[in-house]
Amino acid sequence: MSYTIDGETGAWELVIGLEVHAQVVSNAKLFSGAATAFGAEPNSQVSFIDAGFPGMLPVINRECVAQAVRTGLGLNAQVNLWSRFDRKNYFYADLPQGYQISQYAHPIIGEGKIEIELQDGSTKTIGITRLHLEQDAGKSLHDQHPTKSFIDLNRSGVALMEIVSEPDMRSPEEAGAYLTKLRQILRYLGTCDGNMEEGSMRADVNVSVRKPGEGYRTRCEVKNVNSIRFVMQAVEAEARRQIEVWESGGTVEQETRLFDTGRGVTRSMRSKEDAHDYRYFPDPDLPPLVIEQSWVDQLKAALPELPDQRRARYVRDYGVTPYDAHVLTLEKETAAYYEAVARGRDAKLAANWVMGDLFAAINRTKTSIAEPPVSAADLGALLDLMADNTLSGKLAKEVFEVMVETGRAPGTIVEERGLRQVTDTGAIEAVVDGVLAANADKVAEFRSGKEKLFGFFVGQTMKAMQGKGNPALVNEVLKKKLA
Amino acid sequence: MHPTEFTLAGAVAALEEGVISSEELTRAHVEAVEALNPRLNAFITVTSEQAMAAAKASDAKRQRGDAGPLEGIPIAIKDLFCTEGVQTTAASKILGGFIPPYESTVTSRLKRDGAVFLGKANLDEFAMGSSNLTSAYGGVANPWSRRNDPDVRLVPGGSSGGSAAAVAARMALGATGTDTGGSIRQPAAFCGIAGIKPTYGRCSRFGIVAFASSLDQAGPFGRTVEDCAILLRSMAGHDPKDSTSADRPVPDFAKACGRSVKGLRIGVPKEYRLDGTPPEIEKLWRQGLDWLREAGAEIVDISLPHTKYALPTYYIVAPAEASSNLARYDGVRFGLRVAEQNSDLRDLYERTRAAGFGQEVRRRIMIGTYVLSAGYYDAYYLKAQKVRALIARDFREAWGKVDAILTPATPSAAFAEGENTDDPIKMYLNDVFTVTANLAGLPGLSVPAGLDPQGLPLGLQVIGRPFDEETVFAVGAAIERAADFRAVPSMRAGA
Repeated sequence: MSYTIDGETGAWELVIGLEVHAQVVSNAKLFSGAATAFGAEPNSQVSFIDAGFPGMLPVINRECVAQAVRTGLGLNAQVNLWSRFDRKNYFYADLPQGYQISQYAHPIIGEGKIEIELQDGSTKTIGITRLHLEQDAGKSLHDQHPTKSFIDLNRSGVALMEIVSEPDMRSPEEAGAYLTKLRQILRYLGTCDGNMEEGSMRADVNVSVRKPGEGYRTRCEVKNVNSIRFVMQAVEAEARRQIEVWESGGTVEQETRLFDTGRGVTRSMRSKEDAHDYRYFPDPDLPPLVIEQSWVDQLKAALPELPDQRRARYVRDYGVTPYDAHVLTLEKETAAYYEAVARGRDAKLAANWVMGDLFAAINRTKTSIAEPPVSAADLGALLDLMADNTLSGKLAKEVFEVMVETGRAPGTIVEERGLRQVTDTGAIEAVVDGVLAANADKVAEFRSGKEKLFGFFVGQTMKAMQGKGNPALVNEVLKKKLA
Repeated sequence: MHPTEFTLAGAVAALEEGVISSEELTRAHVEAVEALNPRLNAFITVTSEQAMAAAKASDAKRQRGDAGPLEGIPIAIKDLFCTEGVQTTAASKILGGFIPPYESTVTSRLKRDGAVFLGKANLDEFAMGSSNLTSAYGGVANPWSRRNDPDVRLVPGGSSGGSAAAVAARMALGATGTDTGGSIRQPAAFCGIAGIKPTYGRCSRFGIVAFASSLDQAGPFGRTVEDCAILLRSMAGHDPKDSTSADRPVPDFAKACGRSVKGLRIGVPKEYRLDGTPPEIEKLWRQGLDWLREAGAEIVDISLPHTKYALPTYYIVAPAEASSNLARYDGVRFGLRVAEQNSDLRDLYERTRAAGFGQEVRRRIMIGTYVLSAGYYDAYYLKAQKVRALIARDFREAWGKVDAILTPATPSAAFAEGENTDDPIKMYLNDVFTVTANLAGLPGLSVPAGLDPQGLPLGLQVIGRPFDEETVFAVGAAIERAADFRAVPSMRAGA
């Protein structure tokens, strides 16, 4: 059942590991007080430390460390109370110090694991090798001037978490599911916003292929892939390339590659021979990072509910199916919305509305759950109008469409348009009497055994009432009159 | 008495008593700088106008009863400390035209306490050297000269050669220096003045152009031990901007200079007796021990077994850190930039760094790059770190037996320009007695204690426990009192 790619020599298995760079949510950079907001004017968020000026020294930002610890806890990982920063030395114009400060030998977070959900409803555990803190570099802009490159140092020194997985994934789908789950956890924790299009989360994808039952073959790293879809595409493209190399009698060389999103292929960036010698050594400007277990415990106690816990709670407390719970908890915002609607109401009905009508409306209006076309409070009020029989399900759907169009509250719409459901038995009886009188032939047929005609009478009654009749009462009255 | 003849402590007292104003005191020093600097080249940048303005402001502050502990005292600043609005060169072409928009923590504390800055003192390029000859701004002349050969230009030592020469020649009442392997203690010894490298972490490194971060430490020069103690009190203290600075109270070091050494145990490490050490240095060392014994101290023979590895260890660790610290001088953001039309980034780096760095700096960048490279890291850098830990352990074990250690400061008196320059290893040997204190992070004080047969000053070094500068000052002051060192250099203000 496992995923394989068929080559000329038979089936090939994929082995995939991911290194994810996640920008830490914090007001200031990892070692300086400069701001970190996205989209600021170039070089407007740069301290002398970030620009590598003479005599400047790094000072660790406590909040960035807290965010790394929270993330480690969210990944069920070992928190190392003693960790250290090293210098990774290389020259580039957007690396002002001439080195990146990174936790090479002693990361703050050790081994952990997360569970991913697959299309067929199964789950799989993916190991986390480590998570470490490091500085981001600045940005080189090569397209602003015909002969010059421009440098923007706003990103220089921003805190990143590099999260390295074990080579536990075996298909593009698993790689996508891993990245989806990781992003979900980071967003729930509030430690990374997970916006891949803004570059606050990027993935390096390690891929190798092998015949079933073999050990690992040589892997290649596809650098800086910036969407989940591209990661899945890059895995497949790189695996197919390697299979072709092996099958044509060649050998896959360890190298760094780039994914060409336009052509859907990977191409070589640099070979192992050209790899930099980064000359790592402990940064003498920073003493080892020592944290207290009591502080870790405090952070743990204050951790928000994580996706897996929330999913279980929805199944347990709200009675929704595991699949619905999965969908509702995918995004933190969706879950918050759902809970606001479900709390104190029919939670299963709330789930159907959120996943059905609301999601459809979001797609149609090209909005998002963060800025929904109908607020959770309004949708809740709509459910209340159904619960107290003011609206039938059918009417409610009509009202919902008006809410999407106008943004008005359901109560107001019901009042203005006179959409209130008729629950007055006398009024319903009068309409039913009229319907039965006008269709005496059908009444006779019904009474002679053609019971299917009951639906016809319901339809006629509702039509006469412009759909406003309470369906239960209409049924009840009809049954009585036709008896 | 000419105002340049004051000790720093004497000048503080004279200012307090109103015997002299800071304006008079500073003018005398500004004139001394203007008169002597063309011959000594002790300053790269002279800031006479700012000094005079600061002196007037100090006099006004004193009038208001608002005088700081160094109010109105003119001093020299090693040109490795970033000074806001005043060119900072590190004696390198690569920082050409660099005017820092910020002030180092040490100099801002000196300013806070009222010190007046006469200018930026010359040094070896990026503090790499023991002669001041690697400066891109030319060497510094030692104000002392050989009795039998007065015309030979002697080096002041290095790297803080300009600071030491300025204080010795009475161009400044004191000066700041930095010491990575002996850069305060060796020039102090060569110029017949006192200088202390405090415990690593005692002074903030923020705003000091970095050479080797785990070894660099700022410290003062003075013509007396007490003058050093007064300056150090202002320079020291915890700084949240330097993660390696120690959060410890700063004691009144000057008070410690008056402490008796009676009952103190003074260690004599046998490994510091080197073949080829001139007899006058051996003799001075024994003399120093006799003085301390006479003052009531107990002399104890000790062993620091890993001493012989200290110099090679130092010359791996320091260049390794330097090769990384100096990567930021790339021509992109500040300082020198050498680029041809349409040259690419690699070309910009190569041209800028080739033109900007002198030979010694390039040598150390290459050594440092080499020892950190894949395949060599374990054999050099990692091994050096292990030996460094053993050297520190030697000292920790010694502190169980002794309270301070006495050694010679240097293996010779000041040498002439042109001597020792053919072979870098010979030059590196100058640091043989001083590097251990840097590797172990300990305080070390150099005190002038006698003259060699040529009439050149010689110094003794007192090494102490971490953060026990007070004992170091007490022992240094006892030697100073016993030595009664009154010799003066031939080239000095008013001479």
